[in-house]
Amino acid sequence: MHGFANPARFLRLARALTAPLLVLGVVLAGAALWYGLFHAPQERLQGDTVRILFIHVPVAWLGMGGWTAIAIASAVELVWRHPLAALAARAAAVPGAVFTFLCLASGSLWGRPAWGTWWVWDGRLTSMLVLLFLYFGYIALAGAVAREGGSSRIVAIFGLVGAINIPIIHYSVIWWNSLHQPPSLSMGGSAMAGEFLLGLAVSTLGFSLIFAGVVLARMRALLADIQAEARLRRKAEGVV
Amino acid sequence: MREALDQWNFVIAAYAIGIIGTLIMVAWSWLSMRAAEARRDRSREQ
Repeated sequence: MHGFANPARFLRLARALTAPLLVLGVVLAGAALWYGLFHAPQERLQGDTVRILFIHVPVAWLGMGGWTAIAIASAVELVWRHPLAALAARAAAVPGAVFTFLCLASGSLWGRPAWGTWWVWDGRLTSMLVLLFLYFGYIALAGAVAREGGSSRIVAIFGLVGAINIPIIHYSVIWWNSLHQPPSLSMGGSAMAGEFLLGLAVSTLGFSLIFAGVVLARMRALLADIQAEARLRRKAEGVV
Repeated sequence: MREALDQWNFVIAAYAIGIIGTLIMVAWSWLSMRAAEARRDRSREQ
């Protein structure tokens, strides 16, 4: 891992991977959504609304996965002072927030025909909304620290503390009564039919590759800004 | 009274929001990366 602490080495790898990850991700996610829209069968109880599964579930997982990545990168930043860990955490915030918003929007559009309501203040939906607000807070705090030159440790601590919401989201449908269904997939097996499972797997892989490509693109942008600013500062000080 | 809802309207709206939102995020992150790297390269040349 420390091998990638060198920004030059990281940049070589990131330049080679960013575009292929984004293109492959868009192709796979597009294929899975095409299948979901035109080829997946109706579900016995939910009818056609089950097709929303192919977009709602991957973005929900990645919304939670984004904050898990922030928490891990924040721990690495705090413990090992890895120079790229802070960038990785900041870079994961925007795609995490976007996917969390898309999860809430697609879930609301699924809830209306399935439950008869756009929104309920139950454990799963509310904790997911809290995750979106945590992302907003994290992005605002990281931006303020970058502008004002404060300690980046406070951003990392926020990233770690916010991770308490992830198990709350996961177990919310088990701990509290909810309109939201309990998990269909677990380590022990699946309650989902095969024709949905394969499409969901491809969709999740596609959106995951998009997430990874966006994180790399954001890291490259943040690194380039830091390098340009450092160069301009050195010039202003007459070093270069 | 039970409303008659066309399920396809909700499916299409969910797909449209998901696809458009994802593509905007991909395009924005790619273009902002290219712009930041161009700024860095210009600062090297100056």
